Amino acid sequence: MSDRILGGACLLLAALYIFFATQIQVGFMSDPMGPKAFPILIGVVLAIAGIYPLMRPDPEPEWPALGRLLEIVFAVAVMVGYTYALPEIGFTVSTAVAAGLLSWRLGATPIKAGIAGIVIAVTIFVLFRVVLKLSLALGPWGF
Amino acid sequence: MDVFAQLADGFVVALTWQNLGLALIGCLLGTMIGALPGLGPTNGVAILIPLAFTLGLSATPALILLTSVYYGAMYGGRISSILLNIPGDEPALMTTLDGYPMTKKGQAGEALALSGIASFVGAFFATWGLVFLAPQLVKIALLFGPAEYFALFTLAFATLGGIASKNQSKAAIAAAIGIAIAMIGVDHQTGVPRLTFGQIHLYEGISFLVAIVGLFAISEVLLFLEHAKGKAPEAAGTKLGRITVPLPMLKQTSGTMARSTVVGFLAGVLPGAGASLGSFIAYTIEKRISDKDGTFGKGDPRGVAAPEAGNNAAAGGALVPMLALGVPGSGTTAVLLAMLMALNITPGPLLFTQHPDVVWGLIAALFIGNIMLLLLNVPMVGLFVRVLQVPSKYLMPAVAMISFVGIYGISGSTFDLLMMIIFGVVGYVLRKLEVPMVPVILGILLGNEMEKSLRRALTISDGDVSILWGSPLAVTIWALAIFGFIAPILFGRFLKPRPQKDPSVSP
Repeated sequence: MSDRILGGACLLLAALYIFFATQIQVGFMSDPMGPKAFPILIGVVLAIAGIYPLMRPDPEPEWPALGRLLEIVFAVAVMVGYTYALPEIGFTVSTAVAAGLLSWRLGATPIKAGIAGIVIAVTIFVLFRVVLKLSLALGPWGF
Repeated sequence: MDVFAQLADGFVVALTWQNLGLALIGCLLGTMIGALPGLGPTNGVAILIPLAFTLGLSATPALILLTSVYYGAMYGGRISSILLNIPGDEPALMTTLDGYPMTKKGQAGEALALSGIASFVGAFFATWGLVFLAPQLVKIALLFGPAEYFALFTLAFATLGGIASKNQSKAAIAAAIGIAIAMIGVDHQTGVPRLTFGQIHLYEGISFLVAIVGLFAISEVLLFLEHAKGKAPEAAGTKLGRITVPLPMLKQTSGTMARSTVVGFLAGVLPGAGASLGSFIAYTIEKRISDKDGTFGKGDPRGVAAPEAGNNAAAGGALVPMLALGVPGSGTTAVLLAMLMALNITPGPLLFTQHPDVVWGLIAALFIGNIMLLLLNVPMVGLFVRVLQVPSKYLMPAVAMISFVGIYGISGSTFDLLMMIIFGVVGYVLRKLEVPMVPVILGILLGNEMEKSLRRALTISDGDVSILWGSPLAVTIWALAIFGFIAPILFGRFLKPRPQKDPSVSP
């Protein structure tokens, strides 16, 4: 079933892609092929390649159970939140929180996860900011 | 000979304190990355590229750092294969077959030392192969026009799914998605925006670094979450004993190493094979030739030497098409290609004439790195064994955070970080569905070049498509591409490594 969805998604994606490719504005100066043809060609390849899994799907992959899937959703949410927190509260604090949460969900006890988060954040800060002078998000407190 | 003069110049470039230091750091990091289950050469190099880029290293030092990591990871993968029966990375899969039984017989020290030496032999002679083969390939490549290049790109995509590819339609899907992503942004020839939906962020296209780190590193973290309870690999306290190889064992395996090096190197040069297949073929052939008493799989030293020499030789071989043609033959070299392109250096025949210092400096650094790796990996292997004990529940968050730091360091843009997370989720789904990742990356990297060569060819012929197969060279490449695409369908199943399933190994 997963493969059929993949094939269907590819067909849909290809159709959309070809549609948007035909909408590309072409100026009056252009080479013989122009900017539209190649994307359309790629859309066609994607569509053709998508037909096969739709018709003859591989055996179903082992999807994780619902609980595990929620873990993954949670991790993605942590990362997205981290992305928005970075410029607001700075690198060290947001990294400590994000790394701690991930480590906790990967099986560390809350206290150990918290320590791991702080250690990871401080190590990266010292290594990349202080030693290697990389630009990190600094936030209101400068770290 | 000309080659030796150029190589000597290369050593002048490589033998600065900075470059030696970078090679040493690269070798250390690489061995650790290879040793840690879950971090292989491809995602290891992927995480480090943005860092090397933001550190503002120039081309040669950056390449030296990353290829040292690449070679180092090939060495490191064997450690957990031998001690824990868990391959540290994909190419080290075959090493578990005889390496772990040797550990069980109490020969862990011998197995580690022997595999270190085999790795050295494979990588060292493969680097010589690179020295001699790459310039020859460059001579051919200089004859290529846009039509031949278009055919060559097609060849790369047709074969990248790999000889052992399970499902060619999925490889094609992957390549098409990659190229489709590459099309986003302002068209280089006419200046019109394509598929940007009015988003200014998309005018410059999607950065391949963002895509690579998302697809390889972030998706890896998500895969780990599936299995939860990231424990440290157990039994890491195995007694190592003496880490030396008795001379008779070395004598017994010398033929094995020689054969496996040649086989591995060839597998590496051929498009679509890479190190995993190199070690697989080397082991299989060695088993056919030498396994007269049925000792393979029960801790035969030759079964340890063959895949290690094979995969390290293949790693060197895979650099040949990447440097000479600009078309990588494996996942990790595709990522190295991304590195070069991030530094505005286009690999290919012109690289050898325009930036000989980069090429030969790199090759010299590979020789130096190899010797460093041998010195690091035989006497100091105990250190890396300790690295194995870092549990993934602490390792994976660190990997994720370093990925963020690397991408943030390049652009400082929230948009790029979000794109990286999206690529991570997409990568996770694609990996679950067994859609190969490498064609996606290669599509993003080479999509625009591929289109450019097609459009140039058609501009030359004023729209006549027959120019695409207008020369014998082009016809040959097309034939190879078609063969390369069909071959796995015909006899792919004879070439597929079929190891026991292990949940802790990334697919």
